[in-house]
Amino acid sequence: MAQTTPQDLAEQALAVPTSEQCIVIVHDTHAANLRWANNTLTTNGVMHGMQVSVIALDGPRSASVSGSAWNPDQVADLVGAADAAVRDASPAEDVAPLVEGAAAEDWTDAPGETGIAVFERFATELGQAFESAEAQRRILYGFVSHDVTTTYLASSTGLRLRHEQPTGHYGCTGKPADLSASAWVGGATRDFGDVSALDMFDRLTTRLGWAGRSVDLPAGRYDTVLPPTAVADLMIDAYWGAGARVAHEGQSVYSRPGGGTRIGELMVDEHVRLYSDPSYAGLQAAPFVVDATSSNTSSVYDNGLPLSKTDWIADGRLAALLQTRHTAAMTGQPITPAIDNLVLEIAGATDDESELVAGVDDGLLLTCLWYIREVDPQTMLLTGLTRDGVYRVEGGEVTGVVNNFRFNESPVDLLRRFTAASTTVPSFSREWGDDYFSRTATPALRVPDFNMSSVSQAL
Amino acid sequence: MGSHEIDPAFAALPYRRLADVALARCQDFGVDHADFRFERVRYQHVSVRDGQLQGAEDTDDLGFAVRVLLDGAWGFAAGVVLTTDEAVRVAESAINVARVAAPMTRRPVQLAPEPVYDDVTWCSSYDVNPFDVALADKVELLAGWTSRLIGAPGVDHAAGSLQQVQENKFYADLAGTRATQQRVRLEPYVEAFGTHPTSGAFDSMRTLAPPAGRGWEYLTGAHFDFDAELATIPELLAEKLAAPSVEAGSYDLVIHPSNLWLTIHESIGHATELDRALGYEANYAGTSFATPDQLGTLQYGSELMHVTGDRTVEHGLATVGYDDEGVQAQSWDLIRDGVLVGYQLDRSMAHSYGAQLNDGRSNGCAYADSPSHVPIQRMANVSLQPAPDGPDTDGLIDQVERGIYVVGDRSWSIDMQRYNFQFTGQRFYRIEHGRLTGQLRDVAYQATTTDFWRSMSAVGGPQTYELGGAFNCGKAQPGQVASVSHGCPSAVFRGVRILNTREEI
Repeated sequence: MAQTTPQDLAEQALAVPTSEQCIVIVHDTHAANLRWANNTLTTNGVMHGMQVSVIALDGPRSASVSGSAWNPDQVADLVGAADAAVRDASPAEDVAPLVEGAAAEDWTDAPGETGIAVFERFATELGQAFESAEAQRRILYGFVSHDVTTTYLASSTGLRLRHEQPTGHYGCTGKPADLSASAWVGGATRDFGDVSALDMFDRLTTRLGWAGRSVDLPAGRYDTVLPPTAVADLMIDAYWGAGARVAHEGQSVYSRPGGGTRIGELMVDEHVRLYSDPSYAGLQAAPFVVDATSSNTSSVYDNGLPLSKTDWIADGRLAALLQTRHTAAMTGQPITPAIDNLVLEIAGATDDESELVAGVDDGLLLTCLWYIREVDPQTMLLTGLTRDGVYRVEGGEVTGVVNNFRFNESPVDLLRRFTAASTTVPSFSREWGDDYFSRTATPALRVPDFNMSSVSQAL
Repeated sequence: MGSHEIDPAFAALPYRRLADVALARCQDFGVDHADFRFERVRYQHVSVRDGQLQGAEDTDDLGFAVRVLLDGAWGFAAGVVLTTDEAVRVAESAINVARVAAPMTRRPVQLAPEPVYDDVTWCSSYDVNPFDVALADKVELLAGWTSRLIGAPGVDHAAGSLQQVQENKFYADLAGTRATQQRVRLEPYVEAFGTHPTSGAFDSMRTLAPPAGRGWEYLTGAHFDFDAELATIPELLAEKLAAPSVEAGSYDLVIHPSNLWLTIHESIGHATELDRALGYEANYAGTSFATPDQLGTLQYGSELMHVTGDRTVEHGLATVGYDDEGVQAQSWDLIRDGVLVGYQLDRSMAHSYGAQLNDGRSNGCAYADSPSHVPIQRMANVSLQPAPDGPDTDGLIDQVERGIYVVGDRSWSIDMQRYNFQFTGQRFYRIEHGRLTGQLRDVAYQATTTDFWRSMSAVGGPQTYELGGAFNCGKAQPGQVASVSHGCPSAVFRGVRILNTREEI
């Protein structure tokens, strides 16, 4: 039996609803991954999925039903369920006219694909890396993932949009055989053409070499260089916490005491620019809104709204928060929906990370952060831990490895206190990159008094 | 357990036919093992804010997976097209992945033996399936709760959420096991937000009702008194907003089950997963300080400490009849008299450790959160047992001269070997001379796992025992989410470090 195309599924869904209007979102996903530990492959696999979301709209009511579907009968079932749910729903608070439009030029294009073959060169090199690691009495643990999700968005207003999103990333942890130290490298990619397992192993070897000298340091505030990965770890929290409604209602660090948001206020260093841009080279993301459900930061009625470069912080001032049309009306601000990438730039920064380290007389260089959670929304105080390599910097050079720490810091406050920054480069959040948010570009930051709250014994 | 029949809509799906052709195709290649898993997982999430519906979404994750062991290497593939041709194609994909993996698989995988279960069926325990309740009734209930809160003095806004899951699985393997299961669970919460009229400080107060492996009856007063709890929230929030900020230092803590469950989850549950202890999560979730060489000798905590792993407890979020490798659910000791005595296992780990653990058998901890994910070792319901004749919570508070009573969970974080943790909570009360003297603000407790559990000086009795839990435990690459319950009594911990979170910036 021939499989129905995603476009066919969308059109079939739009042909049968009993509600006044309907939006259909089809995600076609092909994915492949390899995972290894203890110098051997562990779990690995390939997957293909087709997820269809039907949003039924009837007067002021909406309802969303999603499911795996690949044939007309399954789609009809989803539409029937959505139609039944919308009759059962109460009025939606974010009701708005649907986005108008026509079929985009690429609407009829087939979905993109990937498979286990995307790792062909990488896998061969990985086998060589395992052999080298065994010879050097080192252990490798890691994961590579590649997926291609093609999204088809169609509505009863005639809108037909398509977006193909490749997402890939790699990460590898290395340890000596006695497990006395740990190092990590990782990054994002669109196609694995730029990822080499041998290069990954070389970088781990360098970092494990830094662990030849080990120093125990107590908790305290340290002159610390946060590499782009660690900055991405923290900026994603700052971005996710930037919901306009919550700020407007007085529940976030972006709230003004007494009511309203802090938009327009100088919040951080005046050289800071934090923005999203769906066309940013290497970090391309969907250029239109795709939301299967409404929340504090999303509205199903906004599906199809075009997205463009949006400053969240410009010249140190809070420029915008995550807005739907509903919250924009509530706050009196422009409509600035969420975008699936994030860039931090520091005006005037010309150094690279190594030059930042060279400027530190007595301090620390981190690798990445882990288990980051919000402690206090009023200040956006976050806690978390350093992981897989904290290095002692003396006289501008790395001189050894240091124990791990728990930190307590606010990303907003760090953007006020940093004293030096590198140029912005593609980065990858260790904490959030794997599953949620892999498209970031950030600089390294030097923070003169980073708060290491206690020592962690973890290696 | 459970008197329900398998959802007829699931039972009508062609999983037996697909399993037969997929497994037969695997057999053609002379595999060491092959299993077929067919799942339908239904989710519904309803959110409300200030008395109005904010979002309602139904999701239905339907598909199947084939996993093979070929020449000691795993191969896995998953698909959503429910035809026999596709079942054969997915089986062949799994074989192909195993062939790609074989050259890089330096230690052949073997599985611990397991009895064959011939066409068994299991259903969790509940009265009313939440998917049988009209959406309008759910919205009315949640919107009513938030409306009631925002009508109270001092509450500026209120949000509510209800997540519901119905999980159906069919498992079959070449050895002959066939298991069909159904589980139902839900997680409700309501949170009130307020601002202090003069200081401008804002804060929130959330319900403590835990997620549960129950049905709609949970929300209508049969097992938890939501009305009574909602009635207390405005006053508790007002008291919290006006409370003094804590003085950082060392305190004795009395921790209520509504908070302690999460500390157990992070510092014991994850630490006693054998895959972590062996390094299989080293690149992501991390490893464990509780390594197998310390089995039987590691003094994990005080001698009062008795912790069990359990996949059989009624209404537990990790409770099943059979796991995702066809292993029957079990219960066992993880920590006895404060000493590490057990681990959570799947079949490959059970084989690698031979008879040292659970007589060489898996204890049934394999789980995949979706038809497109491979089963990995996931957490059983891990619970701290009460003292049979232990005191009630007031009796524990009475044992503390200067301390803090901790209620409800909020923020949590622990390092990748499960040593250093920091937790906050919903409410913190000062204890002076065995009596509560009002709430405190800006409190977090920080400790090392073994120091903390060794400082446990008293454990409450069965009357203080509650089953908490989480819907959203993350692990593995690609990431998977699992639900798990943790039971515990109230307990006393001596000399724990308390931070003032306002002083951390």
